[in-house]
Amino acid sequence: MPENAAQSALPIASKQETGACWWCGSMRAAHYCQSCGKVQPAAPVDYFLFFGLPRKLSLDVPALERDFYALSRKLHPDLHVQSSTAEERKWSVEKSSQLNDAYRTLKDPVARTEYLLRLQGVDLDEQSTLATEAARGSGKTKKQVVPPDMLEEVFELNLQIEELRRNQKTDAQDPDLIEQLREHNQSLQQRLAAVDQELRSGWTAWDALVDSGRDAADTGKPVINQLVDVLNRRSYIRNLVRDVNEALEG
Amino acid sequence: MERIVGIDLGTTNSLIAFMEGEAPAVIPGADGLNLVPSVVALDAKDQTIVGHAARKYLIATPDHAIYSVKRLMGRGVEDVQDELTFFPFRLASDLAPGEVLRIQLGAKTFTPPEISAFILRQLKHNAERHFGAPVSKAVITVPAYFNDAQRQATKDAGRIAGLEVLRLVNEPTAAALAYGLDKNKNGIVAVYDLGGGTFDISILKLHDGIFEVIATNGNTHLGGDDIDNLLITIALDDISGDMKLDLRHNPEAVQTIRKSVIEAKILLSSQPSVKLDISLPGGQRYQREMTREQFEILIEPVIQRTIGPCKQALKDAGLGPEQIDEVVLVGGSTRIPRVQQLAQTLFQRKPHTELNPDEVVALGAAVQASILSGGSEATHNMLLLDVTPLSLGIEALGGVVAKIIHRNSTIPASATEHFTTGVDGQVNVAIHVLQGERELAKDCRSLARFDLRGIPPMPAGLPRIEVRLLIDANGILQVSAREQRSGEQAQVSVQPSYGLSDEQVETMILESFDYAEQDLEQRQVIEARNEADTILAALEKGRNNPAWTELTSAEKQKIAEQEKALVAVKDGTDYHAIRSAIDALNQGTMRLAELMMSTAVGTALRGKSMETANVGEGPTSSHPIGKAEFE
Repeated sequence: MPENAAQSALPIASKQETGACWWCGSMRAAHYCQSCGKVQPAAPVDYFLFFGLPRKLSLDVPALERDFYALSRKLHPDLHVQSSTAEERKWSVEKSSQLNDAYRTLKDPVARTEYLLRLQGVDLDEQSTLATEAARGSGKTKKQVVPPDMLEEVFELNLQIEELRRNQKTDAQDPDLIEQLREHNQSLQQRLAAVDQELRSGWTAWDALVDSGRDAADTGKPVINQLVDVLNRRSYIRNLVRDVNEALEG
Repeated sequence: MERIVGIDLGTTNSLIAFMEGEAPAVIPGADGLNLVPSVVALDAKDQTIVGHAARKYLIATPDHAIYSVKRLMGRGVEDVQDELTFFPFRLASDLAPGEVLRIQLGAKTFTPPEISAFILRQLKHNAERHFGAPVSKAVITVPAYFNDAQRQATKDAGRIAGLEVLRLVNEPTAAALAYGLDKNKNGIVAVYDLGGGTFDISILKLHDGIFEVIATNGNTHLGGDDIDNLLITIALDDISGDMKLDLRHNPEAVQTIRKSVIEAKILLSSQPSVKLDISLPGGQRYQREMTREQFEILIEPVIQRTIGPCKQALKDAGLGPEQIDEVVLVGGSTRIPRVQQLAQTLFQRKPHTELNPDEVVALGAAVQASILSGGSEATHNMLLLDVTPLSLGIEALGGVVAKIIHRNSTIPASATEHFTTGVDGQVNVAIHVLQGERELAKDCRSLARFDLRGIPPMPAGLPRIEVRLLIDANGILQVSAREQRSGEQAQVSVQPSYGLSDEQVETMILESFDYAEQDLEQRQVIEARNEADTILAALEKGRNNPAWTELTSAEKQKIAEQEKALVAVKDGTDYHAIRSAIDALNQGTMRLAELMMSTAVGTALRGKSMETANVGEGPTSSHPIGKAEFE
């Protein structure tokens, strides 16, 4: 995604450049004509801008959903089959895919945060699910740092998971082991809830920077780093939860 | 504006429907029946026969007939080995590796899209007959879990049949449209669709006319066919055990058994037990009683296979069963009481069964067709937001798949990936696109391989090639690419891993024109002949009706002459002669039909049943209702 110069207080000129309404900054004007309803050509645009939103992380999801439905009713290809030109049909497919991609990313708290970090130039590949899947598939362990306060717990947990897998192969029963893993699972869920709380306070910190106009590369750096760290720990714990569940389900 | 029709191209039966005013309606064929069996046969003169008329060939000349061809759509030779052990599909002997399957039908071979096109052409013809005007635009339904190749094959079939396929709609979603049309309420709906060959589960959120699919799952090889095959296997085992008669390699006998067990299966949905009595070659009979309880134990493993996809769909939707407001059952196999019970247990809610499970998908396709036409009073506020059922990924180093569009993403959906070169001066980059949930490329479905060509020579790692993958509203992949540093558009030629090339489809369209000419004539004659048989049989019955005595002798004589005239021409090949003889006899028996009707009412009033008065068998009635269906 190209580094975009859009800031919270857009000067008029850049609103016009991005295709937003010169007066209110709404992106509706860029998507379809307010008087005839014709779909406008699709241009590359970031997901926040697509919905006419500032790059803030605390987001009114029900309002986003309402906008998503309203825009779908204008842009969806089903509404441009008969009466439209080939060009317009193409734009409608492209605009709809942008709309769907933007909505899918922004409505999900983690995807939204990851997306914002990428916009801020952070290379998330190391942490992203993509890398996790690739590592799992090739049988390599992902280069991921175990959060220090979890070292001991993770070590024990991995031993237990291995033991459970061995038991499952030989049909051996060990109710105590299963009980212990269930307890681990519960404590992991609590950690996950705590990390989510941290994530939300990271959002608040970021949004305050945006509001005060200090979200530039240098001043925003500490908050960005905090967010990256939270996401890393979150993904680590989630993977553990998944491993435990997979082992328990056999 | 030209009409857009909705088509359900099913494994077992196919239907065509249209929005008549404010309600969707199925368009019947010349025989008055809504269902066109998805059976294609070649007769002794190599003419194609489709539907009811083709079914008798399944038993008489099984090597000249094919059913359940939907199972082969968009699949490669290696995919269908399982099918070949259960279905009498005869693959062409000269198939080259990587070539689209061809099926032997008599002395000719056809690809699955061509065979499906025969069925589509019949449906198109039925609609044209109904409207008295040409039809060239359609919405066709596909199982939600169909992959890219299967969808492309369906679209190709439409083109070969002379139809512009404006949209492929997922079957469960179509059912939800038909179901939700007059409901206008909000909530979460689960559609459980167990058809002849496929199973789909879709979970939708209905919101002020928007039908948003949240999650879908399924199995494109699970359905009534699997139950039939179980029953056939049992019968064949019984016969070889008790009678020392091995019929496994006798296609005629297998088809006879198949017909009987399907009838038995259907009966077991409404009665506690059924007696099978099948005559076998050599004059022996196979007799066996089966209770519903035995039947249910037998099919349990088949229907249990629907549970996994349902649970996965709920999980993907982030919902518990208690959050589902309504459950809709679709597909003929949901008539089985045990299946209804299972759906009820899974979703903790009594499912809706008020819509005809055979017709609801076609009706929904007609609703979608109306939306595409710009909407009517009933549909103007409706919009369908569907999802892609399978994740899309690109093969990375080590044969691993990097997923770039996840399953259950609303479509159209897109993703942009960047690639570079590994060697100095490299001008081509090969890319492999796959579909599926597994982590290794070898376990996923290969969709396409393509080369990015025309990359300007640069040191390794310097080019930055942007590849944009887009899944359109039909669930079909589109690819474009650009080299960003030079700004040059890299050329992309997508070679589908399975499927017909554009040129092949074009050739088939041309060939089908030749067929269409011959076929049309031939088909008209066959249809007229069938209609003649129906009316003659009805007249025979009419003669035994008390109403017959109320006709004047002049009327009776006139009818006798018209009958004789029809009998004289009906086996000929002059369509117009048969047609006008039918019309004449229809006209002549009008008063008889009216008399039969009023006699019937009178009889009913005197305490006799309508049935014994033969209502519904008169010459004017050609719409038998609730007839047991088999292929």
